[in-house]
Amino acid sequence: MNWKTFGAMLARDAHVARRNAIQLFMQTFLQPLLFVFIFGKVMVGSGYIRGEYKSILLPGIIAISMTFTGVWAVAMPLIAEFQWTREIEDRLLAPISVGWIAIEKVIAGMLQALVAGLVVIPLAWLVLRPGVEISIGTPFTFAVIIVLVAGFSACGGLALGSSMNQQHIGLMFSMVMTPMIFFGCTYFPWSALNKFPYLQKAVLINPLVYASEGLRATLVPRFEHLPILAVIGALFFFDVLLLVVGLRQFEKKSIT
Amino acid sequence: MAVGVRTQDLRKVYSSAPPLGAAGGFIARGDAKGSKQPKAQIPALDGLSLEILPGEIFGLLGPNGAGKSTTVGVLTTRVRPTSGQAWIGDHDVWKEQAEVKRLIGVVPQRPNLDFSLTAREILVFHGAYFGIGAKQRNERADGLLEKFKLTERGNQMVRGFSGGMMQRLSIARAMMHDPQVLFLDEPSAGLDPQTRILLWEIIREYHQAGKTVLLTTHNMEEADALCQRLAIIDHGHAIALGTPAQLKASIPGGFLLRLRFGNQTADLLPRLQSLAVVREVRAADTTGLDVYADRGGSLIPEIANLAASSGAELSDVHISEPSLENLFLHHTGRSLRD
Repeated sequence: MNWKTFGAMLARDAHVARRNAIQLFMQTFLQPLLFVFIFGKVMVGSGYIRGEYKSILLPGIIAISMTFTGVWAVAMPLIAEFQWTREIEDRLLAPISVGWIAIEKVIAGMLQALVAGLVVIPLAWLVLRPGVEISIGTPFTFAVIIVLVAGFSACGGLALGSSMNQQHIGLMFSMVMTPMIFFGCTYFPWSALNKFPYLQKAVLINPLVYASEGLRATLVPRFEHLPILAVIGALFFFDVLLLVVGLRQFEKKSIT
Repeated sequence: MAVGVRTQDLRKVYSSAPPLGAAGGFIARGDAKGSKQPKAQIPALDGLSLEILPGEIFGLLGPNGAGKSTTVGVLTTRVRPTSGQAWIGDHDVWKEQAEVKRLIGVVPQRPNLDFSLTAREILVFHGAYFGIGAKQRNERADGLLEKFKLTERGNQMVRGFSGGMMQRLSIARAMMHDPQVLFLDEPSAGLDPQTRILLWEIIREYHQAGKTVLLTTHNMEEADALCQRLAIIDHGHAIALGTPAQLKASIPGGFLLRLRFGNQTADLLPRLQSLAVVREVRAADTTGLDVYADRGGSLIPEIANLAASSGAELSDVHISEPSLENLFLHHTGRSLRD
């Protein structure tokens, strides 16, 4: 393992992310914040939705922002760099084994997802206030959960980005990301599906469910949520699964 | 100390479409899931064994699709050989990838510059990937920008660069970590003559610093001008190997006269063969003969007389002097440009 090379590649990704910061910011936060504004502010304010919805919505919005950022931060550059320009080649030729290049991408994506999560909390809080009550009662559990959420999003980005071509980006968002977000217990708690028992079971294959419910469990524990241990176990499982698939796909795509 | 390159019985069969210029092209993922038809097996290398000596400029010459880029791809860790072995110095390319990558610099067939960075950043980050300290990599980047006449554009994103500028920057990047072996895949394709001369000078200078250079080309002039030794590659194996002078001397006679006839008679070939200065006559197409001879233009009257006396009508004559092009034609029956 060559830490200098690994560090230099991380520095490169940080440099590029800084350069594209405003664009990344709009991409990541505009849609969730508009959602927060319409559903949390307008709909609640006009009495169509109960006030406590604000507190249920916030963890879901954090989960969406983190997942979207992690997937986007890893998958999009990979798809572009593996296309005909083969921009990734200068890193593939750096003195480090190919697997570590993929892991570097995952770490960079996780860091971006964590930043997105930590930025969206105060932003959403500002839009929603007053009447939103969140508290981090168990900081260690919260930290474990957001790291695992960042991990699943970045590993998911690696798996998707190494398996797809440029012409499938639209399809990836409409076929993978959109259903994942809508069935990810982001806009409603998992317990809201009690009346739809089949759907309630089916959504459990969606890692975003555990992200939303895990954040709900640590930020607004007074609402019903999935047990924390189950959430941590499931997130860990998805992290490992997506990392293994992602590494395999990445190696397949980098070496002819 | 200079480092050599060796391959032994390299084979590569692509099970999907081979990449366009294996080191610099894209991976065509034709193997879509669910396609029932068996994957096409495309052989690119067929038992290639080469030894490139430490500190020499070695050329791989061959037509498109001969296996040049695949060879470079295997030697630079980018293409996994189906069988056979390759070494850079004492390092097995497949077993010691990180060590091998440290020793080599690669200029791909098509520029693969990092579009998210400026020209200068590309060089500086490349230096950082190779663990070069901050002060040294900044100095070296400035030096290379100067050398490749890119200083003024150093702080611009490379997206708007012309093909020639991208190519120059690719070469600068490959030299950034001062590799022992420099691979250049079709380095002068698409360059204007002026830039080509600059490139040749830079390659010679790099070689004089004791480095090994391996370049692929289908340009005979380039191979002739730059390379100390050449391998002519066709269908994935070497069909001739030697210095440009040795290779040219191996063509029978040296001169090639390509004759075309309106109508051709059967006795023409043996009669041409019997001329004193003619070394070899081969049928080409249906209406032509390729004559390898010691003389060129001065042989035409004799040929014309002979053709007339045997009732054949000469319609076209093309004379070429000893060249690598003729050599290729002699070995394969095809022109390099075919």
